[in-house]
Amino acid sequence: MKPQNSLDKSSKLGSVARWELLLVILIIGVSIVNGRLSPHFWSYAGLMDALAVFLEKGFMVLPMALVLVIGDIDISVASIVALSSVVMAMSYAAGLPMALAVLVALAVGAGCGYFNGVLISRIPGLSAIIVTLAGSSLYRGIAYILLGDQAIGGFPSWYSYLAWGYVGNTSIPFIIVVFILCAVIYWLLLHRTAFGRKVYAMGNNPVAARFSGIPVAKIKQIIFTLNGLMAGMAAVFLTSKLGSSRPNIATGYELEVIAIAVLGGVSPAGGKGSIIGVCLALILMRLLRYGMGLVNVPGQVMLVIIGVVLVCVVMLPNIFGSRRRSWKKIKES
Amino acid sequence: MTDKPTQVKREPVYLRLRGFREFGIIIFIIIISLLIGIRNPRFLTLGNFHDMLLDTASLSVLALGMMLVLVTGGIDLSMESVLALTGMVVAMTIKENPHLSPLLMLVLGLALGSLLGAITGLIVAKGKVVPIIATLSMMYVYRGITFIISGGKWVSAYEMPDSFKEMATGRLLGFSNLITIALLVYLFFYYFVNHTRVGREIYAVGSNREAARIIGINSEFITCLVYIISGALSGLAGVMWVARYASAQNDTASGFVMTIVAACVLGGVSITGGVGTVFGVLLGSITIGIINNALPMIRVSPFWKMALQGLIILVAAIVNIAITRNAEKSQLRRREL
Repeated sequence: MKPQNSLDKSSKLGSVARWELLLVILIIGVSIVNGRLSPHFWSYAGLMDALAVFLEKGFMVLPMALVLVIGDIDISVASIVALSSVVMAMSYAAGLPMALAVLVALAVGAGCGYFNGVLISRIPGLSAIIVTLAGSSLYRGIAYILLGDQAIGGFPSWYSYLAWGYVGNTSIPFIIVVFILCAVIYWLLLHRTAFGRKVYAMGNNPVAARFSGIPVAKIKQIIFTLNGLMAGMAAVFLTSKLGSSRPNIATGYELEVIAIAVLGGVSPAGGKGSIIGVCLALILMRLLRYGMGLVNVPGQVMLVIIGVVLVCVVMLPNIFGSRRRSWKKIKES
Repeated sequence: MTDKPTQVKREPVYLRLRGFREFGIIIFIIIISLLIGIRNPRFLTLGNFHDMLLDTASLSVLALGMMLVLVTGGIDLSMESVLALTGMVVAMTIKENPHLSPLLMLVLGLALGSLLGAITGLIVAKGKVVPIIATLSMMYVYRGITFIISGGKWVSAYEMPDSFKEMATGRLLGFSNLITIALLVYLFFYYFVNHTRVGREIYAVGSNREAARIIGINSEFITCLVYIISGALSGLAGVMWVARYASAQNDTASGFVMTIVAACVLGGVSITGGVGTVFGVLLGSITIGIINNALPMIRVSPFWKMALQGLIILVAAIVNIAITRNAEKSQLRRREL
C-alpha cells in the first residue's frame, strides 16, 4: 500500500509525488553545481558533515509540517529555542547535572508549546498568528530577562558530542541518527496512524472535521506542544553545536523552518504535505546553503534568497493553478 | 409587552460597550501615568510629556498603517524592514547630497515605501500568498537588501546636514515637527477612513470579503492598497526615525513590528479583521509610548521591554475578543426580542 497523502487520493497523491520528484531532481542539480564549486563536496565525510551541521532546524521542521497541515502557523519556535537554551545553560551553571539540564530544556520547550496550544485551542477567536507572534516576543523576552546580554558556556565535554560526535567507531554523525529516528516517528504519526488522518481532515475542512467528531482542540493542543518540544530539542543540539548559550541565538529560524516545510510541499493553507517531501526540502535547502557558502554569500543575503524562494514556491502554483482552471472553464464552455 | 422596557434598556448598554473601548484606554492611561508619577515625579512634567510624544510619533504613524492591514484581515510584518530600508536609502541620499530639502526626503520616503508596499501587496493580492508568510518573507528580504545597499555600514549623525536633523529638533507652535507630521497624518487618515468611499470599502472587505465582492467592491485592489499604504507610512516613519535618532543602521527598528502590533491590539483593532478605529490606534500608540518612556524612569531593566510587549499583545487580544463577544451577544439578544 502506498502512503496516502490526502483525502483526495486520485488527484492529490499524483501531485505530491510529482512535487517530491521535482525536489529530488533539484537536489541532484544543486549537488552537481556544488561538486563543481568544491572538490571536497563529493567525499562521504564532507557530505555527512554538511548535513549534520544543519540538522537542528530539521527537528523543528518536522512538527512545523503538522502545524501547517492543520492550517495554522507557529512563528514563536525560534524564540522557544532561545528560551530553552538559556534556561538549560542557567540550570547547568546553577549546579544541575548536564543530563538533567537537557531534560529541563525539553520541558521548557514543551511548556512554551503547551502554553501556545492552550491559548489557541481553548479561546475561540484567538488565532495562532497573534498567539505565536506574542509568544515570539514573550519567550525571547524572558530569555533576555534571565540572561541579559551575557552568554553561558563551559559545558561538559560529552555534551558537545551531541552535535559533533559520531556513532561508535563508524563515521555516521550522531545527530543524523537522531534525526532519522525522529523523521521516522513523524512519518508514522502523520501517514500511518488515525491521528495523522485526523490532522489532514482538520486541515482540509476544520468545520466538517469538528462535526464528524474529531477532537479538534485536543489535536491542536498536541501539535503545538510537540512543536515546542521539538524546539527544545533543537535548542539542545544547537547549544551543543555553538558551545554556548545566548538570548539572541536562532534569530530568523522561524522563516527558514517555515520555508523548508513549504518548499517540501506543505500547503500553508492546510491539508496538504508529507514528511518525505519535507525531509527532501531540508536536504535541498542545506545543499543550497552549502553552495552559497562556497561562493561567499553573506548570511543576510541568504535570508533574502530564502525569503524569495518561499514566496515564489507559494505564489507560482497559485498563479499557474488559477490560469489552468480558467483555461479548463474556457474549454468547457 | 413586559419585554419592551428591557429592550430599551439594553440598547444603550450595547452602545456604551462600543464607546467603552476608547474610554477604557483613556482611564488606563490616566491611572498608569499617575502610578508612574508617584514613583518618579519627573514623569508628569510637560517636558517629559513632549519627549514621550516625540518618541511615539513614528510608532503612531506605523500603527495606523498596520491597522488598515489588520482591518482587512491581513498582517504586515515587513513594516519594520521597510522602515529600515527607506531610512537607509534616505540617509545615504542626504549624506551624498546635503543641500537637498528635508521635505523632499519625506516625499522620497513615502514613494520608496509605497513601492516596497506595492510589491508585498501584489504578492498577497495577486499571488494569493497568505499574508503572514508573504510579509514574514519580505521582512527578511527588505532587511537583507538594507544590508546589501549599505555594505554593512552605518550613516551617523555627523554625516547628516543640520537641515535634515532639524526635522526632529525644530519646533512648530511648541511641538516638535515630528509630532506635527504625525498629527497631520492622523487628520488625513481620520477623514480617509471614515468619510471616503475607499476608506469604508476597506472595512467592508475586512468584515465580509464575500459580501464585499458581491456588492461590487474590488477586494484585490483594496488588499493591495492597504499594503501600499502601510508601506508608504513605514517609509514616512523611516525618515522620521532617521531624523529623530540621527543615524541609520542595518538593524534599525529590528523587532519593532511587535511594538506596532501591540499598539494596534491595545487600541482595539481586531486581528481577524473588520474592527479598528483611528482614534483607538492613536490611544494604543500613546499607551505603548508611555510604558516605554516610563520603564527606565521607574528603573526597570530594558531587558523587560520585549517580554512585556509580548504579554501586552496577548492580554489585549484576549480582552478584545471578550469585548467583541459581549457586544455580539447583546446584539443577538436585541435581534431576538
